[in-house]
Amino acid sequence: MNKWWAIIALAVALVPVAGLAAGGGVKLENAKIDLKNHEAIQRGGKYFVNYCMGCHSAQYVRYKQFTQVGLTEDDVRDNLMFRAGKVGDLMTISMPPEDGSRWFGAPPPDLTLAARVRYDGVDWIYTYLKSFYTDPSRPMGVNNTVFPNVGMPHVLWELQGIQDPVYRYDVHDEDGDVAESFDSEAKAEAYLKQHEGGRIERVVDHLKLVTPGRLKPAEYDQVARDLATYLAYISEPIKLERQRMGFWVILFLIFFSYVAYQMKKEWWKAIH
Amino acid sequence: MSFMSWIDARYPATKVWNEHLAKYYAPKNFNFWYFFGSLAMFILVLQIVTGLWLATFYKPSAEEAFASVEFIMRDVEYGWLLRYLHSTGSSAFFILVYLHMFRGLMYGSFREPRELLWIIGVVIYVVMMATAFMGYLLPWGQMSYWGAQVIVNLFAAVPFGLGEPLSLWIRGDYVVSDATLNRFFALHFLLPFVLVGLVFVHIVALHKVGSNNPDGIEIKNDKDENGIPKDGIPFHPYYSVKDTFGIGVFLIFFLGVVFFWPDVGGLFLEPPNFEPANPLKTPEHIAPVWYFTPFYAMLRAVPNIMNSQFPGVVVMFAGILIFFLLPWLDRSPVKSIRYKGNLFKWALGIFVVSFIVLSWLGLQANTPMNTLMSQIFTTLYFAFFLLMPIYSKLDKTKPVPERVTK
Repeated sequence: MNKWWAIIALAVALVPVAGLAAGGGVKLENAKIDLKNHEAIQRGGKYFVNYCMGCHSAQYVRYKQFTQVGLTEDDVRDNLMFRAGKVGDLMTISMPPEDGSRWFGAPPPDLTLAARVRYDGVDWIYTYLKSFYTDPSRPMGVNNTVFPNVGMPHVLWELQGIQDPVYRYDVHDEDGDVAESFDSEAKAEAYLKQHEGGRIERVVDHLKLVTPGRLKPAEYDQVARDLATYLAYISEPIKLERQRMGFWVILFLIFFSYVAYQMKKEWWKAIH
Repeated sequence: MSFMSWIDARYPATKVWNEHLAKYYAPKNFNFWYFFGSLAMFILVLQIVTGLWLATFYKPSAEEAFASVEFIMRDVEYGWLLRYLHSTGSSAFFILVYLHMFRGLMYGSFREPRELLWIIGVVIYVVMMATAFMGYLLPWGQMSYWGAQVIVNLFAAVPFGLGEPLSLWIRGDYVVSDATLNRFFALHFLLPFVLVGLVFVHIVALHKVGSNNPDGIEIKNDKDENGIPKDGIPFHPYYSVKDTFGIGVFLIFFLGVVFFWPDVGGLFLEPPNFEPANPLKTPEHIAPVWYFTPFYAMLRAVPNIMNSQFPGVVVMFAGILIFFLLPWLDRSPVKSIRYKGNLFKWALGIFVVSFIVLSWLGLQANTPMNTLMSQIFTTLYFAFFLLMPIYSKLDKTKPVPERVTK
């Protein structure tokens, strides 16, 4: 029988869940968020209502959610709500989606579940916020390596500053694989002349800060991290509570199963 | 006159209790694989209970469905727990039923005199798939919407001009819409009770013919002077206490997922489904939930013939319906894998691997390599069934003992 167990175990192991992860070209940076850090969630929430909520709603969350991470209702009313209303209100916006479509090409999505809508959503948000660069060919003058041809302007540019792209020229062989990379187009063309076939592709190798913003790079990273933390938090506010509860549930079940097993053993003594 | 005799004069309470529990004799050598039937019943009840609670807050309309699920997740007391129990429960139900069916394949539980028992079981499986398919539309996320769109469109592939009217009739509209959501909700509420009825019939059939066991021996053929099978023990208390332990261990795994990993890396809850359904935005990659993917892979393995997807649809449904034929395909003189030869063991091993690989392929994007692999493993999947009359006859079997073994 053991042989069969081994075969089944092997077959199951072969199903690579990892293969499900969306491959979006750019390597995402680890956001290293900590959901236990209430100050980070509060700061992220502050940036969210100041910089994001002009266009993006979080319409499944109530302002009151902030009271779960250390703020009082008065804090929320005085500092985070920019209009009359109750703290129990949902975080909706007044910009109609049709206007969003007209101005940005597509209505800015609701961000309540932004951290869950993609595989590695938190890292995606963090990296995305750091990956805007100037691109005069785009309507907003900026592009993004994580979300190519994004319709959104770089709303945090004041804080981060302006990044220019540094291009790399990849020479692909006939199979489409990258054969060689160069830092200038001329070098890539020279290489291509010596080697038959293939084509050159211009890709953004990395981004360079050309105009510093109000914040130092490390400080801006913290802003991006705080926003990622906040969005992770509102995507599932119950997460930490669920895990805390789960610990006791599993502990009880281990005890329950032990008792049930002893009971079974006792009953089955007579059976041979 | 005691209370029970008053009842028994009016309702066969004691008789039913004895026939199905206290004096239902089950073989004493059930092993690990015999936990999954009772566990599947347990999860069916859990799905009905959590589903009922969810239905008290859920709104089956295209405008409100997505928001009502988020309302349940955030504003309803323990709504998140009910929802995760229900979403994890549907995947768990399929895992348990697949293991239960695999048990049947190993020990020949579909063989005479249990053909009807097996057929009822396959009907349960088919109804379960329909229930799950309709339930998956209800959160009204992008995957819900486009998954349903793809599957309902398959019915449009039926030839002779019947396809279009058929798919229109299922949807109630030209695309998946509010009308579809409403009827799917109604059916998703109804079908679980049909399942309960079918499970009842399944158990009635089981208790008529008696349980099979890992040795594939009929314990009814060897009874003592009281007419009790020598290798039988009363289901209650022996198996009720054993299954209680089984439920405890199962819940450790099940609630472990519910509390610590409810989306299972995007397998149980798919990330794109956290975006509300948008009929104007087709996702790049549409894949059904994991428990449908083996059949989805079969669908994609078959090339279109004369511009029609119909052959693929036929193969996909054949992949499910072929289970009905199983009792008449196995010609081996023995039931259990313990006494079958290497031919059957290899065939079953290849079948299991094919099923798992097809599940994986159904989740992947279409590439020439994946299509080729789907074709190979679809062929192997069907070969397990269609060649069974041959290899089960050629197989060298071992002698079956008189009495059950450990």
